[in-house]
Amino acid sequence: MREPTPRTTVFGIMAEFDRPERLVEGARRAREAGFEQLDAYSPFPVEGLSKELGFRDRRVSWLTLAGGILGMTLGFWMQVYTNEDYSILIGGRPLLAVPAFMLITFELMVLFAVLFSIGGMLALNRLPRLHHPVFDVKAFDLAHTDRFFLMILASDRSFDRDETKAFLADLHPVGVHTVEHTEEPE
Amino acid sequence: MKDAASTTVVRSETVSEEITRIPLGFPNPRAWWLLFAFALLLLATFIISVAVLFFYGVGVWGNNIPVNWGLAIANYIWFLGIGHAGTLISAMLLLVRAHWRSSLNRFAEAMTLFAVICAGLYPILHLGRPWYFYWMAPYPNTMDIWPQFKSPLAWDFVAVLTYLTVSALFWYIGIVPDLAAVRDRASKRWQQVFYGLFALGWRGSAHHWARWRQSYRLTAAIAVPLVVSVHSEVSLLFAAGPIPGWASTVFPPYFVLGAAFSGFAVVAMIAVVLRHALGLEDLVSERHLDLLGKFLLATGLMTAYGYFAEAFDVLYSGEKQEMDTLFDRFSGAYAWSYWGAIVGNFVPLQLLWWRRVRVQPILLFLIALAVAVGMWLERYMLLVTSLYRDWLVSSWGIYHASFWEWSLFAGMLGVFLVPFLLFVRFLPVISSFEVVETLFEEDRHA
Repeated sequence: MREPTPRTTVFGIMAEFDRPERLVEGARRAREAGFEQLDAYSPFPVEGLSKELGFRDRRVSWLTLAGGILGMTLGFWMQVYTNEDYSILIGGRPLLAVPAFMLITFELMVLFAVLFSIGGMLALNRLPRLHHPVFDVKAFDLAHTDRFFLMILASDRSFDRDETKAFLADLHPVGVHTVEHTEEPE
Repeated sequence: MKDAASTTVVRSETVSEEITRIPLGFPNPRAWWLLFAFALLLLATFIISVAVLFFYGVGVWGNNIPVNWGLAIANYIWFLGIGHAGTLISAMLLLVRAHWRSSLNRFAEAMTLFAVICAGLYPILHLGRPWYFYWMAPYPNTMDIWPQFKSPLAWDFVAVLTYLTVSALFWYIGIVPDLAAVRDRASKRWQQVFYGLFALGWRGSAHHWARWRQSYRLTAAIAVPLVVSVHSEVSLLFAAGPIPGWASTVFPPYFVLGAAFSGFAVVAMIAVVLRHALGLEDLVSERHLDLLGKFLLATGLMTAYGYFAEAFDVLYSGEKQEMDTLFDRFSGAYAWSYWGAIVGNFVPLQLLWWRRVRVQPILLFLIALAVAVGMWLERYMLLVTSLYRDWLVSSWGIYHASFWEWSLFAGMLGVFLVPFLLFVRFLPVISSFEVVETLFEEDRHA
């Protein structure tokens, strides 16, 4: 999903639905009509919605894996290095005692995996971002469970202010809103 | 079908409002202030106890050679154990898709977070020179030395810090969508700003939800083995020591199960109080009390097996010193702590075999309280009975906790209660969006 450049005055057109199934249906039809730059907003995760929007991003999972591998390597290496650097030999036991190193190796693997996972999720979602054009839409609200929004962004190739609006109105939404471009994009 | 669908919408709307209105206009401010004043009093006790401790040194405590781990470490394990239940309830039940979890996970995770903070403070406070606690961390220093990473004490430092970080992050990303809902419902300016900042600008985008879900589920999947590793590691603080009554291979699972047991007890207590005080009986329903009761019973019986295995281990080994410690636990100077643990943990627990008892909030609360006390006694017993009589008669000695140890314990309950009450007052205590999601899902499948 690519956000429109600041040259446009309209950020996108948004259709409001009152049921999650209608939103999923709307997303499916918008994709079928050839729209690609789509986003949808819902107060809770709606099953099947991201698939209809063509979401294929698995980077969070890969980042988690990468974090885990990094943490594991770092944790083990740290213990080997510090033991080599400052050796305490006790009772003829091995200096590099792999079983004794496993706990910290495991903990650091967990720590880095989670930091990468959550940090990566926030970074890929471009959060925190305290302001966004959708917040300027009066009807936009996450506190109510009967408001679901489908937005076609102005960056879409086939976006046309009036035609897109007509297309969205055709999906039987509760309302159609124009999202003004109120800020610089990232 | 049409009717069922509109009922779901109405019902979900009520649920969402019921939860998100609590932080915006608290329903029971008088009771909250009373409790909060009490918690602040405890917090003041904490501050005074720590000031005395830092001024005079650990000599104000009763622990000394041979019992050099007194109340401080017993409480450390008790708090950390309680903390584990929040993560277990939340992560494990998320992974098995047990939807009823969403009524409990938020406050159970908050409990985890604050209990782990209490736990983490204890090892620092019990140091002779607490201002040097950072020597546990590996950093390049002028002394040119490193921590001894083959020691369970060094493992402890890493494990607890990891656990604190992971449980804080897991709790926070779980609460962000609800903070956004509170933000959008708030009418006062300061509320909009406060919740707006902490909601990070969450706007419920489908792309965001998809990544959020990947990250949330993966963190949950990692958190379950993390809990097991952290409390196993805590048990190794004991089991790795050549002390009679400690050096046992049964300790890691025994500790993990005991931790889950005491934690479920505290979750049950909090659930009973919260649903009553905030009028959330329809969300934390009889069904949840019933399930918590079952969990408590199950983990309790597993812990009982740990007691049995521990005693059997000793008897079967026939080691004289181990046997002496075991029999001393039954009838020695600290027999009260052993039998107190047995009675508190396992006797009232048997009532939970009956559903009628499990769904009775007051009874469940009292049984859970008995378990919390019993598990505290267990930690005390494990620690003191092993240390006060080890191998050499010349190094035997009795331990009594001093006034300042008890006052610090009372104060630590304040360290737990103050942030927990603030959480109850200002944040959504139940995961609103997950309850709503479940309602819509059930509707879809119906």
